[in-house]
Amino acid sequence: MAEGIPGDIAATRALLEAGGYVADTALATTVHLALVMGRPLLLEGEPGTGKTEIAKVLAAQLPRRLVRLQCHDGMDLASAAYEWNHARQLMAIRLAEAAGEGDRAALERGLYDRRFLEPRPLLQAIEGSPALLLIDELDRADEPFEAFLLEVLADFQITVPELGTLRAETPPVVIITSNRTREVHDAIRRRCLYHWVDYPDPARELAILARRAPEVPAALSAQVVAFAQGLRGGDAFFKPPGVAETVDWARALTALNRRELEPAAAEATLGVLLKYQDDIARLRGEELARRVEEARAALP
Amino acid sequence: MSALAPNLLAFGRVLRRAGLPVGPAEALSAAEALGHVPVSDRAAFRAALRATMVHRRDHFEVFDAAFDLFWRNPDAPARPPAPGEEIPDLPAAARRATEAMPGGAAPAPPAVDPARRDDAALTVSERERLSRMDFEAMTAEELAAARREIRRLVLPLAERPTRRFRPDPSGPRADLRATIRASMRLGGEIATISRRRRVTRPPPLVLLCDVSGSMARYAQVLLHFMHAVANHRARVHSFVFGTRLTNITRALRDRDPEVAFQAVAHILPDWSGGTRIGEALDRFNRLWARRVLGQGAVVLLITDGLDRGGAEGLSDAAERLSHSCRRLIWLNPLLRYAGFQPRAAGIRALLPHVHEHRQVHNLNSLRTLVATLSGAGSSGARNTGRPA
Repeated sequence: MAEGIPGDIAATRALLEAGGYVADTALATTVHLALVMGRPLLLEGEPGTGKTEIAKVLAAQLPRRLVRLQCHDGMDLASAAYEWNHARQLMAIRLAEAAGEGDRAALERGLYDRRFLEPRPLLQAIEGSPALLLIDELDRADEPFEAFLLEVLADFQITVPELGTLRAETPPVVIITSNRTREVHDAIRRRCLYHWVDYPDPARELAILARRAPEVPAALSAQVVAFAQGLRGGDAFFKPPGVAETVDWARALTALNRRELEPAAAEATLGVLLKYQDDIARLRGEELARRVEEARAALP
Repeated sequence: MSALAPNLLAFGRVLRRAGLPVGPAEALSAAEALGHVPVSDRAAFRAALRATMVHRRDHFEVFDAAFDLFWRNPDAPARPPAPGEEIPDLPAAARRATEAMPGGAAPAPPAVDPARRDDAALTVSERERLSRMDFEAMTAEELAAARREIRRLVLPLAERPTRRFRPDPSGPRADLRATIRASMRLGGEIATISRRRRVTRPPPLVLLCDVSGSMARYAQVLLHFMHAVANHRARVHSFVFGTRLTNITRALRDRDPEVAFQAVAHILPDWSGGTRIGEALDRFNRLWARRVLGQGAVVLLITDGLDRGGAEGLSDAAERLSHSCRRLIWLNPLLRYAGFQPRAAGIRALLPHVHEHRQVHNLNSLRTLVATLSGAGSSGARNTGRPA
């Protein structure tokens, strides 16, 4: 077991808690297992449920250097793993010519030296161990990139054809997140431990809110949480608010000096909570007043 | 641990029988994980098994049901039911888990909801029709012909540039990495500049196909079409809808059309006659749009626009759909003649939101379908108000 890794589930939970992340049993167990088994952790869930936050908190608490790879469509080796510094290589050729060195083998060795390799996040995580590698929003990358990732995830190594295989001394802790804008391939899933990050229950959301925005008055917190929880049930909304939106909304209302939830202020700030016009339109007027009333009636 | 291992293997078999892709690797991971978890802590025990044996959220329900049955939760009411005992509320997941239990319970009789009994006759006959439809008549030769037809299919926006490159001597960009490698053979002398070119590839294709009621007679050719396209191109997602929306992508994956169509017939739910296009599109928007419409997807909507639900919500759903994909193409098989007037409410609701409206007069062969889709421009489309 690597250094600094918590001994049991309770310790893992306490570790996350100390970093301001309130985890339930399932999540604490899965994170703990990922750490002790040295397996990557695949976190899926709706946007705004705190997937990336888990990685940040873990990195800060373990502590490990956080290396973040933000995925995007068409991401290639050069932006994810490494790139040869061609300008410096060309320069080296020129210098060799000027010095009149004709030894091809020596030139080749010199040209594909580690000095000319520019590390990108994946290689940084492997070389600069111990690190925590966050592969964020893997669903945004394309399939060829996933295939490349298999080697990294299975053996924590990267093969550079000209240089050989680079291995991690201490395997990095790997956390992968996905918003499911595309299904992540089965081959990746099978190498990972899997956890679905769901919306928290009211008590946990309240605890998160208290941690993340301590300046919000207690009554307002409880009402905001009750309101947000009410929006998540059923099918009524296209994109119900995530925890991040709840926190933002509570902060916004506090910034406007509200101590309790009321329809006028709620309507004015609805854009902090809901990000689709249809959803906002659905909530205007009486519907909003009714939901605010319900949220105020709900006990914390 | 040693006492636990046989149980773990048995549990793995139960999950496999319940349809989850659980193999020895998962059982091994689970065994390893349990070494780190206090067995007395039931919640942690469950979480550990779930994190190691299940790889997607869609399988949680079956897993949880099987877990409760197998690891004998005294609080769980679900016990293997006596044969013939009626269990109207048992969800599909629990039923699958129950059936998968060792010594397990004859399959519970399907619950019959009296309110839905009216539909039952239609359900059976339609499903039968689907599985019976001349698929067996499809010889290898006809299959090859179908593939040839599909190869001629050219959709608008056929190719999209990616951010990947391939070597190409006449490509527009210099490839420094390859150039320097090549120069090594000449002792560092750069004799030729290697070049590369951007790779293009077809965008993801999403097929949304109406196969109920008035469209049922086209179901065969449409399924053929979907199967051929799914096997010819990468990144095709296929959905069919009547009153409900069903994702048949995985079922169509088998190269053998007969096997694929049987799989489709197997997963299609209540196959009733009505069409609720609005509801189906809304469902698609909510459940699938974010998962399959990435990376510039093209949506091909095949329906006659005749809606049982009075086109309720159709306009909104279609608008949302057209905003979330790169191109929405509507293939309408009911337009019999050029002077067609869009009178049906569903058609009027759909028209303003599609990027292209293509009509096919006689949708009786793959060839007509492919020809219509590949034809230049939108033939006689009324709707050109949207930017391309």
